[in-house]
Amino acid sequence: MKITGAEILIESLKKEGVKYIFGYPGGVVLNIFDMLYEEKDINLILTRHEQGAVHAADGYARASGKPGVVLVTSGPGATNTVTGIATAAMDSIPLVVITGQVPTMLIGNDAFQEADIVGITRPCTKHNYLVKDVNELARTIKEAFIIATSGRPGPVLIDLPKDVTVGKAEFVWPEKLDIEGYKPKYEGNKWMISQAAGMIEKSKKAVIVAGGGVVISAAHKELKELAEMAQIPVTTTLMGIGCFPETHKLSLGMPGMHGTYYANKAIQEADLLIALGMRFDDRVTGKVDAFAPNASIIHVDIDPTSIRKNVRVDVPIVGDVKKVLSVLNKVLKTESKGQWTQVRKAWLNQVEQWKKERPLSYTKSDQVIKPQFVVEKIYELTRGDAIITTEVGQNQMWAAQFYKYDKPRTFISSGGLGTMGFGFPAAIGAQFAFPDKLVIDIAGDGSIQMNIQELATAVLNKLPVKVAILNNGFLGMVRQWQELFFGERYSHTQLDIVPDFVKVAESYQAAGLRATKPSEVEPVLKEGLFKIKKPVFMDFQVDWTEKVFPMVPAGAPIDHMLFDEPREEKQKKLKVVK
Amino acid sequence: MRHTITLFVENKFGVLSRVSGLFSGRGYNIESLSVGETIDPKYAQMTIVTSGDDLIIEQINKQLNKLIDVIKVTDVTEFEHVEREMILIKITPKPEKKAEVLNLAGIFRGRIIDSSENTYTIEITGDEKKIEAFIGLMKPIGIKELVRTGKVAILREGIKK
Repeated sequence: MKITGAEILIESLKKEGVKYIFGYPGGVVLNIFDMLYEEKDINLILTRHEQGAVHAADGYARASGKPGVVLVTSGPGATNTVTGIATAAMDSIPLVVITGQVPTMLIGNDAFQEADIVGITRPCTKHNYLVKDVNELARTIKEAFIIATSGRPGPVLIDLPKDVTVGKAEFVWPEKLDIEGYKPKYEGNKWMISQAAGMIEKSKKAVIVAGGGVVISAAHKELKELAEMAQIPVTTTLMGIGCFPETHKLSLGMPGMHGTYYANKAIQEADLLIALGMRFDDRVTGKVDAFAPNASIIHVDIDPTSIRKNVRVDVPIVGDVKKVLSVLNKVLKTESKGQWTQVRKAWLNQVEQWKKERPLSYTKSDQVIKPQFVVEKIYELTRGDAIITTEVGQNQMWAAQFYKYDKPRTFISSGGLGTMGFGFPAAIGAQFAFPDKLVIDIAGDGSIQMNIQELATAVLNKLPVKVAILNNGFLGMVRQWQELFFGERYSHTQLDIVPDFVKVAESYQAAGLRATKPSEVEPVLKEGLFKIKKPVFMDFQVDWTEKVFPMVPAGAPIDHMLFDEPREEKQKKLKVVK
Repeated sequence: MRHTITLFVENKFGVLSRVSGLFSGRGYNIESLSVGETIDPKYAQMTIVTSGDDLIIEQINKQLNKLIDVIKVTDVTEFEHVEREMILIKITPKPEKKAEVLNLAGIFRGRIIDSSENTYTIEITGDEKKIEAFIGLMKPIGIKELVRTGKVAILREGIKK
């Protein structure tokens, strides 16, 4: 029996086990939305902006490991997804984004709400499709899901002209599919792995740098086994946070621009760097020429282009981190004679000393709320049992530094693209994936305003998402750079009007709470996180002078770090250039 | 260093822009690019001439491989191969130079494919050196117009470098 393209789409999504579509309707997708009117198995989650829909699908994917699905209309609906798609692409997040398109006969005519979204998203998707024939639709959807979720995952876009959704075809679902030009390599080269094992055995001062790839391939157990067996300290990049327990003795926290002193020191002093599922982003390496100057580098990544893109590599291993590590661990196990503790003793002592020398810290206060204090309190009260999402900027870095993540997929943040407005819709998506978990967006007053409209989505779907706004009245990270590197000329970073977040929340029928003094932080958190069972905005009016430290100035080697100077409770005079 | 890379790709719309977009988006340069259908109309073959240091060339090869529509990437520079390019060149010789043009075209195994009162249009096929040499010889005589196909390349059989 022949069915319409819209029906084929829905049936295909069911075959893929899709439960939620995040989307927004419009002219050319009316047929598809009509199919969803009485649909029981798939829920369309109506966001209030298409960007919010993509970030929500992204948050769902990051929390659950399953692909996020988006459905929007053509033209502005499609272009509004671009930031979300680019965000997912940079962080290797599996998304299938379906955009409506004007009928094929109108394509190229500058029709109403026409945009060449396939052209626009070509550089920021893993792959994209314009479906011109309804007979190709099922296969294309299958391909899209395969490509989005395998190898190095990423967003795939399918552009669906209206006539294709109306046209009819037999529904033939390909259970298996061979994509000729797409053969991701999962098994690492055995010889290379044995080389790596040899280097690990010879090294005295080894460090593991674990990235998002470890989270994606669920290699956290193998990583822990390797670290504990060979006694190697582990630093996790922003994307890798949670793939190694931060409460573990061997954990070094995060490396790079706002990384810990000890992670950066260890990298710079190491004789061997084991890079797992990470891509040597400039925020991690600082000045590349001066990065890990004494270390040989083993680099495991499923994406061959990540290897030798930014840094020289001695042992490149293309493959899935989990598979590579399980082989590597086996090799090491057979060859190890329990010598590791002895071999690494001096190195681990050195690392301990660095940890004592300069732990993460900030100047405490009982007068003004320190943003770091809020993050610490959140950790303390939740005991680390929550999913934290972040916006971008200071809030993101403090959330990464002052909360201890012990499990993968509990820290959700826009790493590569650094997208403000990501955290709140991402929290909504994560809450859909885990309805019973505590999901907290650690936000800034700037970022939260970039997708604040999604409060409606949270309230409507009864999602108890919590938003802790570290409200300093500034675009804080940019202000920090202006203070440090631009002679305190705060050009356009002071948000002269910040809305009353309590009232905003209430106007959307969510709850709003506020803390203006340090003593109010804990009561507000206790009420907001545990007592109130609906979305909550918690407005923490924090010390605007507070900065993220340590900080490696852009382009400097990562051991050239700036630290917070211990200072009196002086409130600097605000200089604002208008 | 210059590299000639051949790509075996899906013969679909948009593939060319994926390939060229990759070069422009990542700041690699394309010196020449030619595309044509293969024996099997499902596929097309592209020949790209590009340049860069070893790391850049490695990235270009890997990035091209990563494109879903690209089935095979061969950096033919690494192997024994033959390359050819064709040019059509319109010459405006003074009357006393006409014989010389015909003579040189003969030496280069070119063909006169069009002529008018004041012009000859010559087709020349060859590798880069030959083409450049011919253009060099024609310059003082007077080139009115020049079009080039860009290089195509193919591996030699049974010979390892």
